[in-house]
Amino acid sequence: MSNLKKKNFMHLDIVSKGLKKRYLKERVFRAMGISALLAALMFLAIIVLAITASGYKAFSQTYIETEIVLVELGGLQDRADINYLGLIRDGLRREFPNLNSRAELADLYRMVSIGAQYELEQYVNNNSDVSTSPFVFNVLASSDVDMVSKDYFKDTINEAGRLTEGQYQHYLHLLEKGRVIKKFNINLFTRGDSSNPEMAGILGSTVGSFFVLAITLLLSFPIGVATAIYLEEFSPKNRFTDFIEVNINNLAAVPSVIFGLLGLSLFINFFNFPRSAPLVGGLVLTLMTLPVVIIASRAAITSVPSSIREAALGLGASKLRVVIDHVIPLAFPGMLTGAIIGMARALGESAPLLMIGMVAFITEIPNSILSPSTTLPIQVYLWSDSPERGFSERTSAAILVLLAFLIIMNLFAVFLRKRFEKKW
Amino acid sequence: MSFQVYLASILLASTALYFIAKSRALSLKSIGKLISTPGYHGLYVFLLTFAPTLVFLIAASLFENSFLQWLVVRQIPADLMIDIYSSDYAYNQIINVANGIIAVDSDNLFHILGISLYEDASSFIHLLKLVSISLIFGLLGLYSYFKVNLKFNARISSEEIIRKILGGVSLVAVLTTFGILFSILFESIVFFQSVSVTEFLFGTQWSPQTAIRADQVGSSGAFGALPVFMGTFLIALIAMLVAIPFGLLSAIYLSEYATSKVKDFMKPMLEVLAGIPTVVYGYFAALYVGPFIRELGTFFDWDLTSESALAVGLVMGVMIIPFVSSISSDVISAVPRSLREGSYGCGATKSETISHVVIPAALPGIIAGVLLAVSRAIGETMIVVMAAGLAANLTLNPLQPVTTVTAQIVTLLVGDQEFDSPKTLAAFALGLVLFIVTLILNIIALRVVRKYREQYE
Repeated sequence: MSNLKKKNFMHLDIVSKGLKKRYLKERVFRAMGISALLAALMFLAIIVLAITASGYKAFSQTYIETEIVLVELGGLQDRADINYLGLIRDGLRREFPNLNSRAELADLYRMVSIGAQYELEQYVNNNSDVSTSPFVFNVLASSDVDMVSKDYFKDTINEAGRLTEGQYQHYLHLLEKGRVIKKFNINLFTRGDSSNPEMAGILGSTVGSFFVLAITLLLSFPIGVATAIYLEEFSPKNRFTDFIEVNINNLAAVPSVIFGLLGLSLFINFFNFPRSAPLVGGLVLTLMTLPVVIIASRAAITSVPSSIREAALGLGASKLRVVIDHVIPLAFPGMLTGAIIGMARALGESAPLLMIGMVAFITEIPNSILSPSTTLPIQVYLWSDSPERGFSERTSAAILVLLAFLIIMNLFAVFLRKRFEKKW
Repeated sequence: MSFQVYLASILLASTALYFIAKSRALSLKSIGKLISTPGYHGLYVFLLTFAPTLVFLIAASLFENSFLQWLVVRQIPADLMIDIYSSDYAYNQIINVANGIIAVDSDNLFHILGISLYEDASSFIHLLKLVSISLIFGLLGLYSYFKVNLKFNARISSEEIIRKILGGVSLVAVLTTFGILFSILFESIVFFQSVSVTEFLFGTQWSPQTAIRADQVGSSGAFGALPVFMGTFLIALIAMLVAIPFGLLSAIYLSEYATSKVKDFMKPMLEVLAGIPTVVYGYFAALYVGPFIRELGTFFDWDLTSESALAVGLVMGVMIIPFVSSISSDVISAVPRSLREGSYGCGATKSETISHVVIPAALPGIIAGVLLAVSRAIGETMIVVMAAGLAANLTLNPLQPVTTVTAQIVTLLVGDQEFDSPKTLAAFALGLVLFIVTLILNIIALRVVRKYREQYE
């Protein structure tokens, strides 16, 4: 009897001896889990912060306040003949009366963007009340001035950045007189691409993205929903429908470049569709997002309880009536959520579009689904390749805009889910 | 007429027929008893006219351009084709002249002939399209209209049509797969006629930049893709070394330890990480991670480039973390409670239960998830295009620059290209390999997941 007690006690002893170590292991394991999760969170934070830090400055733009004198302006009919470039240059020159040599002046003139004259022209044409008396106009500064005024070179050896010594002195002079001002960078949102960073904007690529997404939504949503309805409600269970199912699941995991290859050889080479057109981009992305929409729609349809179908059938409705009047309305929010998530994926996609020629330097805003265009992610790709500082700032800004669009779409999907989702 | 105009007219005409058929059915009501309601008669006529005509319209619009090119090119006399490189080029010239992009040169016989050929052919095609669409629509309209009578069960017939339409639409997914397969296969076969399969798969020299002129230096490209495959493998390996531990551990924490509050916060955060466009990851890798690793190298006195495989692999790994984590956490939550409780009952701690019971039980599913993640890593494009080099080094050193299948496909196909050069076709051969490998990984993974699910259901 006492022997047995002793034996039990010994066992417990062994267990409790190891306990400390085992609890330590438990804590270590748990800590590893938390740190993995925190690391993932940290990666996200680093990426977002790094992009924000390098991009937020692109939302402001440097202008040089310059006095413009429209002396020769006789009447409104002469406005087309005004030499706006000359007006801006005269204004700048008045600021620096002791500059005389051609080289010095050319140096000074290069501090303003070549786009400034068009802005002045627009301003004069839009404000018929501008008089012949001098007025102050905000002249768009060149990217080099913009970079210096945004303190990109503040703590480096060469504080002037790409400005020449003379230009830097002019800049300091203007800064002292309060002539260098920063305004919201409206050009970023109202212009297409440009080879001058200060005039490059994302409107062209945003419109391109819009066209591509519109085509994708218009095609993939009906096709995806119809496929899901067929597979869930009508299809006989046989080998062929099995094959369709396997096929859709595989298609969802096919790399996006492969869809680019398909688009290139089928739509562009075989069907002779125009290159760089949002139409082809939309078609390619339709095929790519189709599996996402189908899978989401099927999930939405299966979540509709069969009691509803049976009740309708029992009241004499035909199968089709049941689907149209009951299943689709109940599953619709889920289908729409799936479609929006698919669209968000399509908006961020760029690899297949590279291959169908949507990667090009296009300055005009596209006006139809056949005109050459790029999309937002492609604009990011194009600008990221550019060595100029002004572009790298804009790349990050374009990414921020892209992320903002994605967040809005996802929030909308979450909202739909929360608002309309029914728990049966 | 453009596609939109056709679409609108067909829709309008079919809708008109809907009302005509409906009113005919209504008028029949006075004679006897209709089997179906007048609305269903209208619907039947609408569907039978609209759907087939739409299908024909889509098909016609797809093939229209190719047909036009064929019509024009076959009529260009051979003696005018001499100074033109290829028929594709000739046709593009003609289109540019006809659309006013290139000014018409009235002395150029090719321009004059080209414009007239183009205009004749395109007016012929437009006429053909208009006539055939009207014919199809008219015949179907007449056929369906005369079907409207007392005994006709329009409801069953129109539901049958809708069912067929749905079934037909679901074929798009299948057609896509076949489209991918055939388009890649077709171009690859052409490629393998000039480069042998073994040379492509096992050759160690990759320099696809074939010269445009024959007398250029290094005009013969080399198409040994082994370095490219090796680079893909290396980057995917690094990515998995990051993604598997982080993804798996966070999945375990989320599904076994975390309170619901933490879960509610962390799951959407991981989804955000998964939702960031790949171009952003690429930019981040190229701008921050690559230079950072190079700087780190100078600290150790190593001379590194900023395009190392390590930088690309690390960023790709981070991108894949949420993917691994979401699949693993699904799989882990599917392990029945009874297994866990049995383990606790034997006195095991939570971590012992997880590592000795839950993970082994979930292992097939986790492996399937990892396979899917691998397939994603080797198919990932933008990160490699933006942050990895194009140097095809046959190396397993993660600090060296390498190139990948996807990066090569993109660089070979971006920009101007002739479709018959081995350089362009090589991209399709690489695409074929990529497609086959990812397909195999996916099929295995999906099968394992399915089996695994059945096991615990």
